[in-house]
Amino acid sequence: MSRTVMDFWVGLFVMAGIGALLILGLKVGNLTSYNAGEVYNLTGNFENIGGLKIRAPVKSAGVVVGRVLDIRFSLETYDAVVTMGINSAYQFPKDTFASILTSGLLGEQYIGLSPGGDDVMLTDGDKIMKTNSAMVLEEMIGRFLFDKASEN
Amino acid sequence: MRNRIVASIQAVGHKTIDGVWRLGKASRFFVWVLLKSTTSFLRFGLVVREIYFVGVLSLIIILVSGLFVGMVLGLQGYETLQKYGSESAVGTLVALSLVRELGPVMAALLFASRAGSAITAEIGLMKATDQLAAMGMMAVDPIARVVAPRFWAGVISMPLLAAMFTVMGIFGGYLVTVVFIGVDNGSFWSQMQNNVDFRYDIVNGVIKSCFFGVAVTAIAVFEGFDAPPTAEGVSGATTRTVVTSSLVILGLDFVLTSFMFRGVS
Repeated sequence: MSRTVMDFWVGLFVMAGIGALLILGLKVGNLTSYNAGEVYNLTGNFENIGGLKIRAPVKSAGVVVGRVLDIRFSLETYDAVVTMGINSAYQFPKDTFASILTSGLLGEQYIGLSPGGDDVMLTDGDKIMKTNSAMVLEEMIGRFLFDKASEN
Repeated sequence: MRNRIVASIQAVGHKTIDGVWRLGKASRFFVWVLLKSTTSFLRFGLVVREIYFVGVLSLIIILVSGLFVGMVLGLQGYETLQKYGSESAVGTLVALSLVRELGPVMAALLFASRAGSAITAEIGLMKATDQLAAMGMMAVDPIARVVAPRFWAGVISMPLLAAMFTVMGIFGGYLVTVVFIGVDNGSFWSQMQNNVDFRYDIVNGVIKSCFFGVAVTAIAVFEGFDAPPTAEGVSGATTRTVVTSSLVILGLDFVLTSFMFRGVS
């Protein structure tokens, strides 16, 4: 086989390989939707985060507005400090309510933001004061049993 | 009786020493190839020629296997997921299992049996017919001229082949679940894009396939170069290439996975 023909096929092969990597990055991965745009950080203290994980979505009205960047345990308040990266395109009022919700019956957990009515907006590094913990099934059952017992 | 016990212990010791000795020889050979590979980058035409034989000619088996693996994954994933009413997650299932595991591993296994065996047989036969010795006589270093270009061709081809295998597999899964069965097209792709992370899943998959490429071609060129110069020797070396590389791929995959995906869901 002549040299030029071989070069042609190898060139085609390498281009197809790089094309496959590009398809993986753009069509299969979330490279376009996720790294686009600047983010600013908000933190929130939760009594119980349930099964929330790093990279879980932060949604407002069902729209993904950011992702959970970090989860830590605070030794001062003995609760979980969750850091969220919110897309700079979305601004939220100071009295926004953050709660940990579950998508569907067995779905993943995410943070839902319900905006309040304050004129002042949250900025980078701010803390969300109003939070609502994840629902933990054992606690709910325990509370239910306790209520039943106190009724009798 | 006593002699027999001593003999069996000796056999174990002999095998162990032999294995360690071969491993040392292979490592020295590997370092030697790396040191001599400057020539293959100065004369890149040699590598291009080998990429043709190693990469381009492996394309058909890689693409067809990828398509069918993806189709089977889609079918089986759909069967199980629809019991829980979450058949729209089939895109995530197909993409994640292909990107993280099946793409790099299956492509490397196919690559080892398609290209690795060919490299071993070619180098082994060159040695058996004294072509390597003849090169040495003409002051052409056989490692720089024959071994290093094949090694680098394999290392370059492997990640590209694995990426094509993965893309073809995802296309196969799409074909079966969306086109034939009728899963919603939008949720298939959006669920996939929500759950496949570029850094954690795709980049780690590519890193895996790079490791496999180095392992497979290093084993193939060593077995070829080390083969006894007889017809039997070459056939034995070819078999050993396929067996050893397959085992190394699977073992290496476990090690790499436990480093990459620990604690990251």
